[in-house]
Amino acid sequence: MSLIEVINVSKHFGGLAAIRDVSFEIKTGEILGLIGPNGAGKTTLFNVVNGFYSPTKGEVSFKGKRISNLQPHEICKLGIARTFQVVKPLQRMSVLDNVVASAFLRAKNKSDAVQIASETLNFTGLYDDKNVISKGLPLGKRKKLEIARALATKPEVLLLDESFAGLNHSELNDSIEIIKKIKERGITIMIIEHHMKVIMAISDRIVVINYGEKIAEGTSQEIRNNPLVIEAYLGETKSA
Amino acid sequence: MKKYLPLIILAILSVLPLIGLSSYMMHILILVIMWSAIGMAWNLLGGYCGQVSFGHAAYFGVGAYTSGILYYKLGISPWWGMPLSVVVVTLFSLLLGYIVLRLRGPFFALATLAMGEVMRVTFENVGGLTGGTLGILIQKRTWVSKFGYYYIILFVAAGTFFLIKKLIESKLGYYFVAIREDQDAAESLGINTTLYKTIALCLSGALTGIAGAFYTNYMGYIDPHVVFALHDISIVTIMIVMVGGVATYWGPLVGAIIMVFLAELIRSIPGLGAAHQTLFGILLIVIIIFLPNGIVGDFNKIKRVFKRETPRNELN
Amino acid sequence: MISLEGFLQTLIAGLLLGGLYALIGIGMTLIMGVMKIINLAHGELMMVAMYIAFWMFELFKIDPYISVFIAVPVMFFLGIALQKFLINPVLKVDSILPENQVILTVGIGMVLANLATIFFKSDYRSTPVNYATSAWYLSDYWKSTPLDLSLSVPWTVSFLFAVFITVSLWFFLSKTDMGKSIRATAQDLDAALIMGVNVKLMRIVTFGIGAGLVGAAGCLFIPIYYLYPSLGGQFTLIAFVITILGGLGSTVGAIIGGLILGVFESMTATYIGMGWAPVGRFVIFVAALIFLPGGVASLLRKQRFGK
Repeated sequence: MSLIEVINVSKHFGGLAAIRDVSFEIKTGEILGLIGPNGAGKTTLFNVVNGFYSPTKGEVSFKGKRISNLQPHEICKLGIARTFQVVKPLQRMSVLDNVVASAFLRAKNKSDAVQIASETLNFTGLYDDKNVISKGLPLGKRKKLEIARALATKPEVLLLDESFAGLNHSELNDSIEIIKKIKERGITIMIIEHHMKVIMAISDRIVVINYGEKIAEGTSQEIRNNPLVIEAYLGETKSA
Repeated sequence: MKKYLPLIILAILSVLPLIGLSSYMMHILILVIMWSAIGMAWNLLGGYCGQVSFGHAAYFGVGAYTSGILYYKLGISPWWGMPLSVVVVTLFSLLLGYIVLRLRGPFFALATLAMGEVMRVTFENVGGLTGGTLGILIQKRTWVSKFGYYYIILFVAAGTFFLIKKLIESKLGYYFVAIREDQDAAESLGINTTLYKTIALCLSGALTGIAGAFYTNYMGYIDPHVVFALHDISIVTIMIVMVGGVATYWGPLVGAIIMVFLAELIRSIPGLGAAHQTLFGILLIVIIIFLPNGIVGDFNKIKRVFKRETPRNELN
Repeated sequence: MISLEGFLQTLIAGLLLGGLYALIGIGMTLIMGVMKIINLAHGELMMVAMYIAFWMFELFKIDPYISVFIAVPVMFFLGIALQKFLINPVLKVDSILPENQVILTVGIGMVLANLATIFFKSDYRSTPVNYATSAWYLSDYWKSTPLDLSLSVPWTVSFLFAVFITVSLWFFLSKTDMGKSIRATAQDLDAALIMGVNVKLMRIVTFGIGAGLVGAAGCLFIPIYYLYPSLGGQFTLIAFVITILGGLGSTVGAIIGGLILGVFESMTATYIGMGWAPVGRFVIFVAALIFLPGGVASLLRKQRFGK
């Protein structure tokens, strides 16, 4: 059952086509990986799904209804949350306050929001840092905070943009565990990632983008052996 | 103890006139309190929500003229302008916000500056309605003594303080700060940034407008050159909050005390009066470079400077 | 009744004015484009240059057009000093409000305008050169002309000077290494850094150039305008309108923006009335910010990509 459908989406900036006629679906409950060389258009695609850009052509639908003309906050209210590649903590707020701010979306009042926020921090292992001003967090925890904040909006779909970039070995394993727990909760995930090992390990299916076009789609086995994909990555290290 | 600080300060301020102050001192205090109200209003939009307005005189002036026009054209007591200005200035803010809130950062700042000046020139040229450059003079002052005025503006300022405190601690406060820290992230978290920026602007404008309406009643004379003034209202407002401390509850009061007393000090020293803009300009530059979060905001920095001057026990 | 002669004369006046305006705008668009700095003291810098030209004329009988060669270097170094000692430190400071830098320039402008008032009084000044009211008449050269058009001497000379400076600047920016480095810094700071451009130096130099340009504009203006300490504000506004209208960082845009503004003001002055100029400027400013945020430059870019 497809939860999100991306239908013939193109996005042009001036004369430049960042995304060209891309179509795929995200099935309920799956983890869909989105990979491709740098500059392929992955984050642009997220921005289209999330509502920051409206597609030049084509449309995006969520549970059968068209969402490509909605504002990002409306899309979040419908149940699609995202994290950003370059993390955007609310710098001068504490870790807890960061998540309380997003928890207000579903909370009935402030104490409810604090409750949701605390649970989410617990879930992502950040509870001990709840009073730290987020500006002072190391990168690994900031990435977790991004995820926690998105989770507090109680999404059905979570769009993760390079949540593993720059993490060390133990942080990586930590984050992978969190992703698995999120999937167990029934949340559908789409994840952009460069870490091949990670993506291959956790994704149910993978979509590959290059130069703004979809060049392959399938299981990690199928993708690994796809000549087009290998060619696209020629020159890039295969191990991560 | 800290929890009761606002009530303590309010109590002190309420009792102050009763100890017998000169009319001049009362005037100074009234100015301080009025400016702290305006500063707090600006702080809501600028300090907490991050939209730096260079044209707050627009709201002040519209509020002032609400009172003024009621008197001038309809013969109604200008005191009615104070409650009415809430409605008028809110509607005006909605219109202004619709135009300028789509702009971000420095462009928002510039657009608000432009709008403040547009209001000034417009009011200067629509003489039939506003009295034009001749302004509006209120023939009979309500009171000779300053008592009444003092308590009215104290009520307004206290109300502003407690309202803002309540707001910032609520969902609205979180949303405002989220927008300030990262508008795109806030949008993605389900925050309707346009709506909340508009709310911040209208609240900020309305609170400033009430001060403007008060000003008409207190001073008894207004003209566009004064109430829509770029340097003497809009920039002074920014200075008050920057000197005192952006995004703090007490910053505007601290800033208002310093700025009003400083202005009076400069005015009283012969020869120095002409240089008051230079001194203000230098103060602004110094604050921006060394204490960008103001006295309250950068209080730790100030403490550190003084601590370094006393010898420290290294062995502890 | 709109006569053709009147219309053409107004148009010519507008273009001459526009050329001078463009010079003011180019300085600002460079500063905003390269350093992303909003300089609300731009007009005050022009005022300073005008006072230099005034006193050179008053004390030493030096013609304002010669003063260009004096004022420009002075303003250049003043600009560099302001950038190095005041603006750069502020850019490094961490504060809640990102608009600190704008507020700083407001402070600088206040100090400059007030100091001028203290030292020079608010009296209106001018440099009554002997060619101030001379003009070249078309009828002097073409005896049977159907329309008698005239070019005011100081306006025209100032305009030609402005054109010369603008062309020189264009050469500098496109042909010299330093000019290219400046443009690189404007386009992409990080890329420029990686390519070995001394970005810090470029930014300081750019502010100096911007100040120098507006200084030249001041000297070119004083033969045709009155000088008083608080005239800075309106010229800052003019610079902004041109910058936004033309497109941030685009010198071509600033030229076109300046000409548009000049013609617009000339037309409104002739056909509507003098008092409306400031309102007109503000309205264009806000309208441009909202409807054409990329300025004329973005229209030109679209043309090039054929979209």
